[in-house]
Amino acid sequence: MALKIVKGSIDRMFDKNLQDLVRGIRNHKEEEAKYISTCIDEIKQELKQDNIAVKANAVCKLTYLQMLGYDVSWAAFNIVEVMSSSKFTYKRIGYLAASQCFHESTDVIMLTTNQIRKDLSSPNQYDTGVALTGLSCFVTPDLARDLANDIMTLMSHTKPYIRKKAVLIMYKVFLKYPESLRPAFPRLKEKLEDPDPGVQSAAVNVICELARRNPKNYLSLAPLFFKLMTSSTNNWVLIKIIKLFGALTPLEPRLGKKLIEPLTNLIHSTSAMSLLYECVNTVIAVLISLSSGMPNHSASIQLCVQKLRILIEDSDQNLKYLGLLAMSKILKTHPKSVQSHKDLILQCLDDKDESIRLRALDLLYGMVSKKNLMEIVKKLMLHVDKAEGTTYRDELLTKIIDICSQSNYQYITNFEWYISILVELTRLEGTRHGHLIASQMLDVAIRVKAIRGFAVAQMATLLDNAHLLTGNVQRKGICEVLYAAAWICGEFSEHLENPMQTLEAMLRPKVATLPGHIQAVYVQNAAKLFATVLKSGEGSADSKAAQEMMIERLPLFVQSANLEVQERASCILQLVKYIQKLQQKDVEIAEEVIALFAGELNPVAPKAQKKVPVPEGLDLDAWINEPPSESESEDEQPRAIFSKEEPKYSRPRHTEVDEKELAKRREVRKQEQASNPFYIKSSPSSQKVYQEGPGVEHIPVVQIDLTVPLKVPGLPMSDQYVKLEEERRQKDRADKKKKEKKKRKEKRGGGRGKKHDSGPESEEDITPAHMVDIVTEEMPENALPSDDDDKDPNDPHKALDIDLDKPLADSEKLPVRSHRAAEVLKSPTEDVDAERTVVSQEPKKKSSKEKKEKKKDKDRKKSKEEKKKKKHKHEDKGEDLLGGQEDEPVVQSEETIEVAAPPTSTTAEEAAPVAAAAAAAEADPVPEAASGAAPDSEPEEPKDTEAEETKSSKHKKKKQKKEKEEKEKKKKKKHHHHHRHSDAGGEESVQNGTVEEEEEEEEPLPPMSNYCLLAENSYIKMMLEDADQVNDIQGNLQDGSQVVVSVIFENKCESFLKSMEFNVLDSLNSKLQRPEGSGAHDALSVPFQLPPGVSNEARFVFTMQSIVMPQKLKGTLTFIVKNEDSSTHEKLEFKLHFTCTSYLITTPCYSDAFAKLLESGDLKCSSVKLEGISMPFHHLLARICFHHHFSVVERIDSCASMYSRSIQGHHVCLLVKTSEQTVSIDAKCDEPTLLGNVLDEIKQTFSQC
Amino acid sequence: MIKSILIFNNHGKPRLIRFYQYFAEDMQQQIIRETFHLVSKRDDNVCNFLEGGSLIGGSDYKLIYRHYATLYFVFCVDSSESELGILDLIQVFVETLDKCFENVCELDLIFHMDKVHYILQEVVMGGMVLETNMNDIVAQVELQNRMEKSEGGLSAAPARAVSAVKNMNLPEMPRNINIGDINIKVPSLSPF
Repeated sequence: MALKIVKGSIDRMFDKNLQDLVRGIRNHKEEEAKYISTCIDEIKQELKQDNIAVKANAVCKLTYLQMLGYDVSWAAFNIVEVMSSSKFTYKRIGYLAASQCFHESTDVIMLTTNQIRKDLSSPNQYDTGVALTGLSCFVTPDLARDLANDIMTLMSHTKPYIRKKAVLIMYKVFLKYPESLRPAFPRLKEKLEDPDPGVQSAAVNVICELARRNPKNYLSLAPLFFKLMTSSTNNWVLIKIIKLFGALTPLEPRLGKKLIEPLTNLIHSTSAMSLLYECVNTVIAVLISLSSGMPNHSASIQLCVQKLRILIEDSDQNLKYLGLLAMSKILKTHPKSVQSHKDLILQCLDDKDESIRLRALDLLYGMVSKKNLMEIVKKLMLHVDKAEGTTYRDELLTKIIDICSQSNYQYITNFEWYISILVELTRLEGTRHGHLIASQMLDVAIRVKAIRGFAVAQMATLLDNAHLLTGNVQRKGICEVLYAAAWICGEFSEHLENPMQTLEAMLRPKVATLPGHIQAVYVQNAAKLFATVLKSGEGSADSKAAQEMMIERLPLFVQSANLEVQERASCILQLVKYIQKLQQKDVEIAEEVIALFAGELNPVAPKAQKKVPVPEGLDLDAWINEPPSESESEDEQPRAIFSKEEPKYSRPRHTEVDEKELAKRREVRKQEQASNPFYIKSSPSSQKVYQEGPGVEHIPVVQIDLTVPLKVPGLPMSDQYVKLEEERRQKDRADKKKKEKKKRKEKRGGGRGKKHDSGPESEEDITPAHMVDIVTEEMPENALPSDDDDKDPNDPHKALDIDLDKPLADSEKLPVRSHRAAEVLKSPTEDVDAERTVVSQEPKKKSSKEKKEKKKDKDRKKSKEEKKKKKHKHEDKGEDLLGGQEDEPVVQSEETIEVAAPPTSTTAEEAAPVAAAAAAAEADPVPEAASGAAPDSEPEEPKDTEAEETKSSKHKKKKQKKEKEEKEKKKKKKHHHHHRHSDAGGEESVQNGTVEEEEEEEEPLPPMSNYCLLAENSYIKMMLEDADQVNDIQGNLQDGSQVVVSVIFENKCESFLKSMEFNVLDSLNSKLQRPEGSGAHDALSVPFQLPPGVSNEARFVFTMQSIVMPQKLKGTLTFIVKNEDSSTHEKLEFKLHFTCTSYLITTPCYSDAFAKLLESGDLKCSSVKLEGISMPFHHLLARICFHHHFSVVERIDSCASMYSRSIQGHHVCLLVKTSEQTVSIDAKCDEPTLLGNVLDEIKQTFSQC
Repeated sequence: MIKSILIFNNHGKPRLIRFYQYFAEDMQQQIIRETFHLVSKRDDNVCNFLEGGSLIGGSDYKLIYRHYATLYFVFCVDSSESELGILDLIQVFVETLDKCFENVCELDLIFHMDKVHYILQEVVMGGMVLETNMNDIVAQVELQNRMEKSEGGLSAAPARAVSAVKNMNLPEMPRNINIGDINIKVPSLSPF
């Protein structure tokens, strides 16, 4: 044995370490692969040894080999072994290797859960750090779920080093396990204000990443970030925040307005270019979001453009690049301010740096106008000729086409010019974009009817010179153009000057070398041409020749390997033969043949098919027949017959014609063309159709051919058009001037003849050369307008689109290992089931634990499903209510509230905002969130409602918006609401009772209402809601806290109630807040009037000194009852009872924090026993939550811990246990009086039922 | 987010690769090749940003790189990162390497890939920037190294002695000594 150890360590001495391996590889350059394979064999031997040091060394070497591209996943298990070493040195090696080669489908990952958990809780911070770093690279959904809670605890670690790592890794956890986002978010938010700048920066980082994908959920954080932005000096943090604001502003223009000033200040003050640049970027984003309706920001735009110009002019290429990048953003909304820097941008096109040239190109896109399009494209064409790399040239090509075709060819005044540009582009060597050019040609020819004559002539020339396009192997991509050319010539063959010649060109033997789909188009269109020839003169020499040509040449295509070509060719061949037969019998057939191809083909929008609405009752996913068995469907992959022609090139069947031959042919053709009087000249008749503007009657198309002999023969030069256009415009202008002069002369009777300077030509002055009507693409009737076509359904961030302001539901808690859960509830009289305690004591018994987990999962699923159901139900109800129907919602308790009769219009309007505001407030029990959501929801104070009433017309829009928001919120909410009619407008207000846990059970919860009768007489009924709404607690802690009381006033009589005044006799401890300037005993007027049968809600704010005791306040309500004939003054007395419960606010609490709180020892204990409680436990909990504002921290079977906090920050903890009919509540609180009172109140609640 | 960090030399040999999103090994090598192809043909005086890199991700991603002596440091990032910020981060990273290795050169990276990884782990974690303060980074790295030393290191003293003996008469020794010219010169840049 001892010998073995000695032997092992001697062996070890001769093991290679990483350095030796690297050196070895460098020494075996010639046979590297062989050397490495021997090394891998050695490593395999080393991994088999027991010595962990040897293993770690081997794993370290594997990490290096992985970098060289060797798959080392076979050693995954060994890596896990090294990870679990107790020595930091080895652990680090293991985690590094794991982070390099583990991924989601590595199966040993599931073995690591416990090891990682152990490392996370290691006393050595570097063990924890290494584990966090490693985990960040290979976290899986399972790991994320199992470890989320541990990592969350680490976010409050004492060492900032661990905190910042834990915060950062949370982002990865969220991505893999979206359910963790909501429970973890409050703590993440807390970390934004961490004392350590590193942790703060990490939190900013994570929230920015989250917010970038789903910005709307993070709008409520804007005030916090705003504060950070103005206080932070860390440029990294600032950049992140400013970038985040850039994402938020489009959603909230008011935020943008607020941002402009601090950002411009930063722009002026900062010396860091990176910060300056991001500021400019965000200002641009703000300006874009404000662009409508905020005209007076031209100063900011100017500042941005100015700063960007400085960047672009900088000698640092990086700044130049970024300047251009930002400029392109401004361009979208403020093209004018960018256009003035055209010179600078054109200059950048000549830059030696390709990145910069590409950026400049992007900018050009937005700078074109009708006026300068030709000029800019001309410049680009020059660059195309100069460009060396094909990628850049291709980029230029696409840009040219983009620029010209943008917004439906808006800027093109002369389509002949555009066709010539397209034709010129076909001469590019080795471009990949033949397809793009082809589709442009087709598009223009189809949609611009007036240009067809010209287009057909050009295409015929192209076809004739097809060899130039296909002759070179490199030019394969461009032959796509022939597809378009052939189709255009065939479809619009009536415009063809010389169909015979084109027909001949289409049937040349060389066509057979083209890709199949192009051949097919050739054959089909040859038939169309044939029909045209036939029609032009039946029985003439031409048609005879055409017939013979068809019969002679088509057999070549019949033999084609391509099925499509073969089929079409044989069909058409038979057709031609048949026609020949008929003609021999002297039958007139031309009309019938042409009828084969009659009818116009209209352009169809690319997304048209998708937008055809599915008829009602048609389920596209339903099987038409019995579904075939699995195996069958495997090999029956439908072949994409109609998939867009992805060019599949067939091999050229015969060798290329050599250069000499080519030259000869070219010569012959040139002569032929020169002697052909019809060549390329369009017929005068067709010209008249589209050339209406003066100055274009004599486009010397033929002349171009002669002047530029080096270019492809017969192709007109686009430059010519530029010149022509210039002339035309000048002439136009001159004409106009003349006319104007004439007019003026007529007007003034040839008076002074003042010289008029027309100034630079404006956009509208340019008349298009052709009166074109651009046919719009067809869309199916009643197509659904939808722009969300391009959302990626696979985006992992979609799952993180979660409403964060919603209070936490109990079911959402992060899964905690069961023995931990039991710890929370330590108590001697625990009647948790025995099995669970056993598990907690013996964690080795995995099987039972697993079972439990499974069960939990099941439960979770169940509850989710249920939630869904409920949600549906809920939405239905919501619609009913909003629809103004009067049937009572199921959950409403009848005795407390009665639904009001239909309202009169005026009060309804007044009532709506109040109710909406109230509802919004109630939907948000976390007060920070409510105030954070500003500026959207103003604080709910009576002042506000008053103000809103007076300005109700002004606020109408806002009101509607609010309502809408409210509706949306409701829809989103998955948890259970209680509905009631709160006002006449049919508007509903939402009461939040944090009672989610009852959803686990199937039994529905009995309805609960927080409203109790306050006072009533024959005229009016007052209903009091437990005062539960507290404005910003923290802010009010010093000067006593505020409690808001909602009172519902309901008119029970037949008369009109007005001038209601609410007054309370203040006590030493509690005071009604009155508007400034009014005395201590003045009454508050209720901000509405009540028509008969209507009810409305008002809120009153009270200030409290001490909250440990319940309070009773006497008060009066005075009002005037107005009948048709008389009016009386009435008074109603009431007693306002503030229970201690009303000072508690529902505050979610985490089990770990809860445990800490209990352990802290400064809580006083008290307990109470309730006998004879027969309701189910979850109902009991729900009642405590609902009536006493607690939240459930943890619940295990018949035992639950609950938490609440008073408005002055007292913690109240409950442990509720039930057995049989007895419920025992053990409670702890740092204020014994308060606790006693709360317990009394709880007791009272249950004694009532 | 940073999607990947690649360090390779003027010949495209990888010296450190770190992907924050999973790619299979052959894909990783392909990405390195493509990136090298894109980066290497650029002059030193053009801008340090590159679009493209079709393999690693769509149009949202950018390559941001710096070229030091014989090495390229390439970061592939998405639009949530500030371009100039990342450039500075690369500088911070290289300066940190310089401090940790004392006049870092390509050979340090070749022979101590693991150490470079450990340093990088203190700068970037899971694709997000963890720390940008060089002194903090160096301090954390040192502390961890000290811990490793106290544990006796990976290869204890005898093994090191043996490897020294093994190295004694290796033919490439002179070649290795003559490496003065490939020191990475860290130019001091304008402050961030």
